[in-house]
Amino acid sequence: MLMIPVQEGLLLAAILFALGLIGLLVRRNILFILMSTEVMLNAAGLAFIVAGARWGAADGQVMFFFILALAAAEVSVGLALVLRMHHQYKSLDADLLSRMRG
Amino acid sequence: MRSLLWLIPAIPFFSALLLAIFGPRFSRKTIAVFGAGSIGLSALITLGIAADFITSPPPDHRYTQTLWTWMNVGDLNAPVALLLDPLSLVMIGVVTFVGFLIHLYSVEYMAPEEGYSRFFAYMNLFVGAMLILVLADHLLLLFLGWEGVGLCSFLLIGFWYTDPKNVRAARKAFIVTRIGDTALMIALALLLTHLGSLEITTLLDRAGQAWPIGAPLAIWAAALILGGAVGKSAQLPLQVWLPDAMAGPTPTSALIHAATMVTAGVYLIARTHTLFLLAPPVLMAVAVIGAATLLIASFSALTQSDLKRVLAYSTISQIGYMFLALGVGAWSAAIFHLMTHAFFKALLFLAAGVVIHAFHGEQNLFQMGGLRRTLPFTFWVFLIGGASLAGLPLVTAGFYSKGEILWESWALGGSALWAAGVIGAFLTSLYTFRLTFLAFFGAPRKAPAGGEPGLLIRIPLIVLGVLSIIGGFINLPPALGNKLLLTHFLQTVLPHTEASALHAAGGMTEIGSEAFVTAASLLGLFLAYLFYLRRPSLAESLAGRPVGRALHRFWSAGWGFDPLYDRLFVRPYILLAEAARRDLVDRFYERWLVRPVFLLSSVSLHDLIDSIYTGLARLAAVFYEMLRRTETGRVRWYAAGLAAGTIFFLGWVVLL
Repeated sequence: MLMIPVQEGLLLAAILFALGLIGLLVRRNILFILMSTEVMLNAAGLAFIVAGARWGAADGQVMFFFILALAAAEVSVGLALVLRMHHQYKSLDADLLSRMRG
Repeated sequence: MRSLLWLIPAIPFFSALLLAIFGPRFSRKTIAVFGAGSIGLSALITLGIAADFITSPPPDHRYTQTLWTWMNVGDLNAPVALLLDPLSLVMIGVVTFVGFLIHLYSVEYMAPEEGYSRFFAYMNLFVGAMLILVLADHLLLLFLGWEGVGLCSFLLIGFWYTDPKNVRAARKAFIVTRIGDTALMIALALLLTHLGSLEITTLLDRAGQAWPIGAPLAIWAAALILGGAVGKSAQLPLQVWLPDAMAGPTPTSALIHAATMVTAGVYLIARTHTLFLLAPPVLMAVAVIGAATLLIASFSALTQSDLKRVLAYSTISQIGYMFLALGVGAWSAAIFHLMTHAFFKALLFLAAGVVIHAFHGEQNLFQMGGLRRTLPFTFWVFLIGGASLAGLPLVTAGFYSKGEILWESWALGGSALWAAGVIGAFLTSLYTFRLTFLAFFGAPRKAPAGGEPGLLIRIPLIVLGVLSIIGGFINLPPALGNKLLLTHFLQTVLPHTEASALHAAGGMTEIGSEAFVTAASLLGLFLAYLFYLRRPSLAESLAGRPVGRALHRFWSAGWGFDPLYDRLFVRPYILLAEAARRDLVDRFYERWLVRPVFLLSSVSLHDLIDSIYTGLARLAAVFYEMLRRTETGRVRWYAAGLAAGTIFFLGWVVLL
């Protein structure tokens, strides 16, 4: 089996994370922001997997399961919020949300 | 057969899960089949395992079944392992059989209720958690079951959650038992750090080797375990939750009082009794707590007007008997009483449920009367249960178990504890028959609207009635037949001081002690007859005097424990929370930092020293302005700030 070096795996994770972060910062559409968050979460999960493979421990994969569950929960809550927002503002622009008073 | 042990708790859990997920979609019939059938299946397996265990006992009378490793962290290795020995066998027998009868009864009793499937899901979960508790081979697993029964009691007491009163009762039960649970948790931590294991057998062996009798650590550990047991078993000083727990449906009360929850503490002490033997003062405390609780609860039971509250206080006092037995070292007598109590208390609660249904929810004893004629079947089974609770001689199960406890507490514990027990027996008989006479005899004060129950309610009542009578014959004392089957069965787990050694105890033979108990319970019966049937005016005049009235009020309020705790703990806590809401820290800054700066800056602008302060104030204002600008309410801006900060600090760590 071809072994992928740790550095490359981590590098990929870092690139993915940076892409997600950039997406989060430059996009105004809240749907894309949510998706970028997912990319970042997946990048973190990938880092865990790579580290777990490096040390031959299952902990990394277990951690990834937790991250997956967290991401699923986040998406469900996030989408519900997006729906509410669309209903309220008739728009998906995240910057409009600054008008909220809590 | 033995390898099926894991199924006993697994079936109720599985059924609870099914009911929780699909319950609302099932028909009532399916719910009943799953809800009661699962416990019935567990009871059948228990029967098979018991037959197998008795005919061909495993080596050392212990059988351990390791299912999987739960956690393995550092020193702590916690397997999910079940332990079958005579003690846990008796316990699972009681839990599954009495639990099954209660479930069967609930099928009909709860039929008109909303939340039918929710009820059975909770009940199954309750039984499952209790089975985990008694079968656990490891204190951590035991604690899981322990918390499980706590949670289920909370859910069931608050079953009718739309009434805030019920929710309050549920919360009270949960919080009060939680105090005990915290003590137990500390005990577990203490045992783990000092003995390095929480596996019960290993732990007790190591404790015996590491600690001499009376070692401070042993005393601490035993005292903390006692704290947990006191909370769950509703003993002094944590008994206040049980009377309020009557807010739940009646089958729930039967389950809490007979088969699960309150017996957990008794089981825990019996299970860890070697630890208690290393701590004589704590063992003494167990006996004294038991005796005191017994008396206090009996007096309270004497003055209640609510049918179910009388039974609740009676449970507290009967558990007091078990604690008394544990405290003097009559281990098997405690388990014996636990078993017979499960039979007759379940019977009493279930019969009381029929009465309450017949009256459409009326629980006030003084509104009843004359039920003997309108509900003859219920009357007879209730009478059997009451006679067993009061310990009427020779033909009731309660007589044998109570007699054994009292005799051994005389022989092992001394005359003071024995006297408390005898007075308790008198009071038990008095309040039991007061209840019976008020509800079933005399002139009817209010006509019941409902009639006799159906078959599904009658069968459990008949079975429990039979058990309440013959249940005592498995342990006939030396003076009356000498067939100590249960004691001999439990001998490999719970040491038993032979009766011949007990005979040496000064001044009284066993038959003498039994005679005292008999006399006490008969006297109680006679007084109840005199006061509540023959001459009601006598009781009224007794309670009418100022002293009598004050005592009556004091006892019926449970000796004023609730107001006391309210004043000692609840109100200060609420006050503290109120104070914290106005935030002490904020007020400190306001008074000592903010206000002085503004005061100084407003004095004069020309003074040099003043201008320093003004500058400071201005600077603060500038910072405030700057920081305020960052609060834009824009998500992306916040995210950018977060990212910038992360990059800054990462760079800091990497570069420097």
